[in-house]
Amino acid sequence: MSVELLKLDQVTIRFGGLTAVSALDLCIGEQELVGLIGPNGAGKTTAFNMITGVYQPTEGRITFAGNCTKGLRPYHLARAGIARTFQNIRLFASMSVFDNVRTAMQVHRQHGILDALLRGNNFRKGEKEVELRVMQLLEIFGLENVREENAKSLPYGDQRRLEIVRALATNPKLLLLDEPAAGMNPTEKVELMKLIRFVKEKFALAVLLVEHDMKVVMGICERIAVLDYGLKIAEGTPEEIRANPKVIAAYLGQETGGDL
Amino acid sequence: MIYKGTKRGLLGAILIAVIVSFFSAHFNRYYQGVAIDVAINIVLAVSLNLINGYTGQFSLGHAGFMAVGGYIAAKLTLVFGATCAPWAQPLVFFAALVAGGLVAAMAGLAVGVPSLRLRGDYLAIVTLGFGEIIRVVFQNSETFGAATGLFGIPKWTTLAWSFGAAAITVYVVTCLVNSTYGRGFLAVHDDEIAAGAMGVNPTRYKVTAFVIGAFFAGVAGGLYAHLKTTLVPTGFDFMKSIDIVVMVILGGMGNTLGVILAAIILTLLPEVLRVVADYRMIIYALLIIALMLLRPQGLFSVRRKKGASK
Amino acid sequence: MDWIQQLVNGLALGSIYALIALGYTMVYGVLRFINFAHADVLMLGAYAAFFIAPLSAKFFGAESLFGALAVVFVAAAICALIGILIELLAYRPLRERPKLTVLITAIGVSLFIEYVCQHEKVFGAATRSFPTLIPKHDIIVAGVHLSSNDLIVLVLTGVLLFVLWFIVQKTKMGMALRALSFNPQAAALMGVSVNRIISFTFGIGSALAAVAGIFYSMRAPGIDPLMGVQPGLRAFVAAVLGGIGNLPGAALGGIVLGLLETVAGGMPGVSNYRDGIAFAILILILLFRPSGLLGKTTVEKV
Repeated sequence: MSVELLKLDQVTIRFGGLTAVSALDLCIGEQELVGLIGPNGAGKTTAFNMITGVYQPTEGRITFAGNCTKGLRPYHLARAGIARTFQNIRLFASMSVFDNVRTAMQVHRQHGILDALLRGNNFRKGEKEVELRVMQLLEIFGLENVREENAKSLPYGDQRRLEIVRALATNPKLLLLDEPAAGMNPTEKVELMKLIRFVKEKFALAVLLVEHDMKVVMGICERIAVLDYGLKIAEGTPEEIRANPKVIAAYLGQETGGDL
Repeated sequence: MIYKGTKRGLLGAILIAVIVSFFSAHFNRYYQGVAIDVAINIVLAVSLNLINGYTGQFSLGHAGFMAVGGYIAAKLTLVFGATCAPWAQPLVFFAALVAGGLVAAMAGLAVGVPSLRLRGDYLAIVTLGFGEIIRVVFQNSETFGAATGLFGIPKWTTLAWSFGAAAITVYVVTCLVNSTYGRGFLAVHDDEIAAGAMGVNPTRYKVTAFVIGAFFAGVAGGLYAHLKTTLVPTGFDFMKSIDIVVMVILGGMGNTLGVILAAIILTLLPEVLRVVADYRMIIYALLIIALMLLRPQGLFSVRRKKGASK
Repeated sequence: MDWIQQLVNGLALGSIYALIALGYTMVYGVLRFINFAHADVLMLGAYAAFFIAPLSAKFFGAESLFGALAVVFVAAAICALIGILIELLAYRPLRERPKLTVLITAIGVSLFIEYVCQHEKVFGAATRSFPTLIPKHDIIVAGVHLSSNDLIVLVLTGVLLFVLWFIVQKTKMGMALRALSFNPQAAALMGVSVNRIISFTFGIGSALAAVAGIFYSMRAPGIDPLMGVQPGLRAFVAAVLGGIGNLPGAALGGIVLGLLETVAGGMPGVSNYRDGIAFAILILILLFRPSGLLGKTTVEKV
């Protein structure tokens, strides 16, 4: 495995009487594409939420780029290099496509509130840089023509892509994708797989993917971890996971959306 | 994204205000008073719009910030203004207004910080509560005249001061929001969780909105005090906050231009409706209900498609 | 013994707050919004009683028990209808809209009611004195002077709370109400008529508010169209204090707030700030224990 980027060490989280995730050990190296799968309610999104700081683990330790993430809020982690998309698309509904991406540039803008007020050269330069970078990103993903359109007016597939573009604008080292294939037809899923591979290569990032669609997961992930009822029951390459009896048992009777 | 011209626009507006004010002796006193009222309401509405409209924090206590600014400014001029030379008066006035604004900003901080985790209804009620607490404090404070209030405040608010303040408020809010930094306000309004995930610190934006909004409300309060020359705590009650909120809603939350128009319309409306003065408040209440039932996005809001302007 | 008097006084005030708070909390429980106009129903109840009292005096004789009960009953019924009407006209059309829209509409409705009532052709803005529904006696228990009014308030509130508890826990309507508070979609799927239950909720809440309004007027010097504002705000704080959406919580919150205010009113120096106490409590609660005394915290699913 390459240089370790994200490490979950015996991470547990309890909500009242319910243990959503239990003693999870997970390691993601730089530029690795890892999948996190499991039946519904297994704790995958909860794990995501802990990694991104939305929830704080009850026990255990999460380390990112060598630093412990305890107590850090989501925006801290975004600045540290963790970006994510959401299960239910969470685009900024009142803003255009352009502005959605522009907002994510908070992390790296040089000019701040004072510059906004004074409107001096610093401001103009800063805005120009932001504009440039946003346009670059939009062009890479073919969204530059709709940049003035309201984000929610895009077709579903484009909205999902926009969410990914927005996440990329924060210049992350690790990208978390929460069920990016949800609601897509087979053609779109193939496109998505190509997109994810492309993003990983071009932006040199690690990707952690939560997904129900087995074709997608098996198709692009280098490694897969399987959760069931909050516990990790298996981890390995797609071939290993495919053959693992525990995994098969966990999924028996479950909707997989594709062949296991 | 066109940014040139905003500074020139501001300076131009202030210049016009000063020049017009110069000729104020020729204008009808009454209409002048109304015009100044309009300007003050613009300051109030635009500053509240930053908090309510752009950042989505439903604050019902704006009148409280106005009260703080008004009382502080009035107290300062009552103490220092009487004794200073005529040439120094504008300076004292300016200092008093700014001081009022700053203390109001601190009040905004005090209100904003605890309100952070509250949403929607709860936030509205808490801000309402804060507004009431502020009023009760002034009502019981001898320094500020308690229930009788302060009187004999020098009548220093002119067209220049009020429209100048309005121009500055509009400038600040517009410039702030129309920048990459400012998109953060909208992000917090749209989806706090997603905003956080994109590196926007929701807490900081909310508090900033409160502080800046409160500052200008304080300035408006100072202007108000030096227009009416008397201040009573009951003038800054919940109803006043509602007045300002209605302007923001009518104008379309998050639409500065619309809010300015709404402020103008709603200030002039009571004058126009003097004929039906009896029914004025009833019509007002019906207006609110009708607005919410029929056009909750306000009269002037445009579907936000463009990225930069507005 | 002064403190017993204070206690009874505080409990009576608390009962009034409790009755109003129940209305707030029930509506919040099923619709998740704060009915700003609730406070004005209290006022309407007082005015209804004001106009009905002379009629009842004709039938049952002045200041009789039956007469008083009849007035309360009729006023409550009228307000129940008013509450249902308000929901039907102003809130139901906005059922699907964001909560803020409904909140502002509620403010509008509240203002509308207040301003219409202030108009000369309706009630007029001046304060009127509330008729005595039942003669006020000084009752002496163990050397303490208690007002019969306070005791009546306590007893009647107790009865009403019991009736409410019975309805909510032991009847089908009540079960439907509880189901709706937990999960509107599931309740609807189970065959609960959402509209009917919501109307029912508004009706009961408004009836209780009317009774509270009458009780309040018995203690206050007079009634005026804006009389509902302050008690309404306090009762709302009480509801939040107890845990909004939680019925026993509302009752508990009301009692606690009533006691606190009465005690503070008696303390020199603090009494001026009595009005601010409710708000201070509100802010403290929302800062430190937003789910209230009896409420449960929910975690937002991301």
